Amino acid sequence: MTKRTVQFKIYRYDPDKDEKPYMQDISVELEPSDKKLLDALVRLRAKDDSMSFRRSCREGVCGSDAMNINGKNGLACLTDIDSLAQPITLRPLPGLPVIRDLIVDMTQFFKQYHSIKPYLVNNDPPPERERLQSPEEREELNGLYECILCACCSTSCPSFWWNPDKFVGPAGLLAAYRFLADTRDQDTNARLDNLEDPYRLFRCHSIMNCVDVCPKGLNPTRAIGKIKDMMVRRAI
Amino acid sequence: MNVAKRTFDAVIVGAGGAGLRAALQLSEAGLKTAVLTKVFPTRSHTVAAQGGVAASLGNSTEDNWHWHMYDTVKGSDWLGDQDAIEFMCKKANEVVIELEHYGMPFDRTDNGKIYQRPFGGHSMNYGQAPVMRSCAAADRTGHAMLHALYQRNVRANTQFFVEWMALDLIRNADGDVLGVTAMEMETGEVSIFHSKATIFATGGAGRIYYSSTNAFINTGDGVGMAARAGIPLEDMEFWQFHPTGVAGAGVLITEGVRGEGGILRNASGERFMERYAPNLKDLASRDVVSRSMVTEINEGRGCGPDKDHVLLDITHLSPETIMKRLPGIREIAIQFAGVDPIKAPIPVVPTCHYQMGGIPTNYKGQVVVPKDGNPNAPVQGFYAAGECACASVHGANRLGTNSLLDLLVFGKSAGETVVEDFKAGNLSLKPLPADAADASLARIARLDSQTGGESVFDVGLEMRRTMQKHAGVFRFDALLREGVTKIAAVAERAKRTEIKDKSKVWNVARMEALELDNLIEVARATMVSAEARKESRGAHVRDDAPDTAENPNGRDDKNWLKHTLWYSEGNRLDYKPVNLKPLSDDVEPIALAKRTY
Repeated sequence: MTKRTVQFKIYRYDPDKDEKPYMQDISVELEPSDKKLLDALVRLRAKDDSMSFRRSCREGVCGSDAMNINGKNGLACLTDIDSLAQPITLRPLPGLPVIRDLIVDMTQFFKQYHSIKPYLVNNDPPPERERLQSPEEREELNGLYECILCACCSTSCPSFWWNPDKFVGPAGLLAAYRFLADTRDQDTNARLDNLEDPYRLFRCHSIMNCVDVCPKGLNPTRAIGKIKDMMVRRAI
Repeated sequence: MNVAKRTFDAVIVGAGGAGLRAALQLSEAGLKTAVLTKVFPTRSHTVAAQGGVAASLGNSTEDNWHWHMYDTVKGSDWLGDQDAIEFMCKKANEVVIELEHYGMPFDRTDNGKIYQRPFGGHSMNYGQAPVMRSCAAADRTGHAMLHALYQRNVRANTQFFVEWMALDLIRNADGDVLGVTAMEMETGEVSIFHSKATIFATGGAGRIYYSSTNAFINTGDGVGMAARAGIPLEDMEFWQFHPTGVAGAGVLITEGVRGEGGILRNASGERFMERYAPNLKDLASRDVVSRSMVTEINEGRGCGPDKDHVLLDITHLSPETIMKRLPGIREIAIQFAGVDPIKAPIPVVPTCHYQMGGIPTNYKGQVVVPKDGNPNAPVQGFYAAGECACASVHGANRLGTNSLLDLLVFGKSAGETVVEDFKAGNLSLKPLPADAADASLARIARLDSQTGGESVFDVGLEMRRTMQKHAGVFRFDALLREGVTKIAAVAERAKRTEIKDKSKVWNVARMEALELDNLIEVARATMVSAEARKESRGAHVRDDAPDTAENPNGRDDKNWLKHTLWYSEGNRLDYKPVNLKPLSDDVEPIALAKRTY
């Protein structure tokens, strides 16, 4: 591969100096080894050190570099530059307040995550050894525990955009089901009570944007469906 | 600048595995605790650990902590302190079971117990055969662990200061530690965190190298802060190069791949590890495997058009095993190497991975320095755990899965020590010196006013290239000497870095400039300590210290069975003895021997 130049259109806003946000046209020359969008953004920062975004692991496990890429949420570190139409348009995750450039305030997102009591509840005295769980029971947690809290899903969900304070959102609900599905957890009833509300769970209308954007290939819609099933079964 | 003061019983810097484990101890004991972290806790680099955490649970093969201790001492090439190693291996079952009780989704055996897999350097019966000791959640063990620890802290109501970057350690005239200064990223404001106890859990500094498995955030912040505050750094010449980083990308491929049966092959398809480690083969210790790979490449048996890597082959494993035990690896190989490991082998090269040295501590997590003839005198109010600390359990080479164990055991131990010291009334809020924040404010003021300086990117790149070339897998006397001069020159340039971005709000440029200050301390410590150590031991192998009858593997116990201590001021070196005596009478010292696998 040879050197190539890539065109960008990037959302810029620094509250310290900008009255309002604007879209900046900027291009950058890449090295042959630059494959991912994050590589290009690091290259851009070497040119303009005011370009602000979060990043850490650069391999899709820490969840820092979620952004809106050509209209779709994704992780910069897992997105191939060559798969993107140019100019590559980058915006902060939709629906959350912007702090600066591509950095959003994730307070509301984490508030919803925390609201589902994201920890195992088991009030029996802890045994000396591990609590037993069969491989099949453990299998139920696959597709749930892998969430990296990047917020791609919740910030692509119209229900979350309209009611971020009331609707838990796909990431939080996936986590809720992760504990409901865990045979070691004893808090099933309280967890369901916590979600039995016109907004917290039932604002999900199965639009499935969350499934479409999840960089880990997870399916919050299915998890939400399973919570709804548990609600129904409990009612009968 | 106006500097706000906040007061706590304890301040923890870092919210990776060690910081979160320590925080649990303090929160559950009711201490008023602040956890400062420059990223949201679940974004800490513990999240990237893959293969597992060591504990001699014996769920699938017979095992006990004596064997684990032996493997760890041997893995360390006898540079590890045997009291700390005994402590860690004995505590392993307890901390792993606790984690399971916190909700960690370990894989399971057919009878419902925690799943365990073989790992490099771990053996049964003192080196006889591989043992299944690595407790795993698929190949996402670090992710599962970090989230479980964060979740448990949510339950314990731990108070986090998220996206606050610690800047400098505050000490008084007696050398006691009184807290830290820190900057809130969103506002750029600097605050003083005044505390009775300060625990560093800031992780490693793998980003001093050009090719690294480490995250962008692994900039040795605590290590740099400690060095600037006059604390010596221990054994910084020892860096682990992980055998299997994706060639070109650096992203980690877990040793668990070899634990599940993966094989390293050279250009002719040969399983070359059989020649270097006839017994454990591909599951020999990491330093041994990395050197073998580099030797294959240097002798022209590398793969690819440039013969610059070897291949990690799992095509003989069933797709079901790969999908069940190594799903994350498959994703990484497809994403970063462009191959599906079910069908084709993964191109890999040794890649900088882990810092064995760090801030000197004892097994209780207390930071210790030489004072009045005592090589290990505790610094009042200062504790450290995890990769930033050197207990020393890893010595000259760490075994895979012992890092996650290290952060659990010593995170907990540091927390327990603080709680004990607190309850015994040994901790008090000492008066802050008038200039407590001056050093930090001066660093920021310099960045605000500097003109005509070089970019952080350019100086950082020069540092990474220098480290890669002069202090790599194999070390050469001439290159090390030259490296010392070069790194000193880079350090001078780092004093004059210039940033264009002057915003107060989430200023990444400022953060990176401040991080470079920390990286530079680590790079200097590494190069100077490595140049001085005239032997081969563990991960530090020199051309002028070859394998001889007198010094097997080039190791010179007569002159170099000692820990290095590097002081930032004056680039000064000192040494202290290795503790060859275990903590209790339950075990005999592991006697010095030549290391073979």
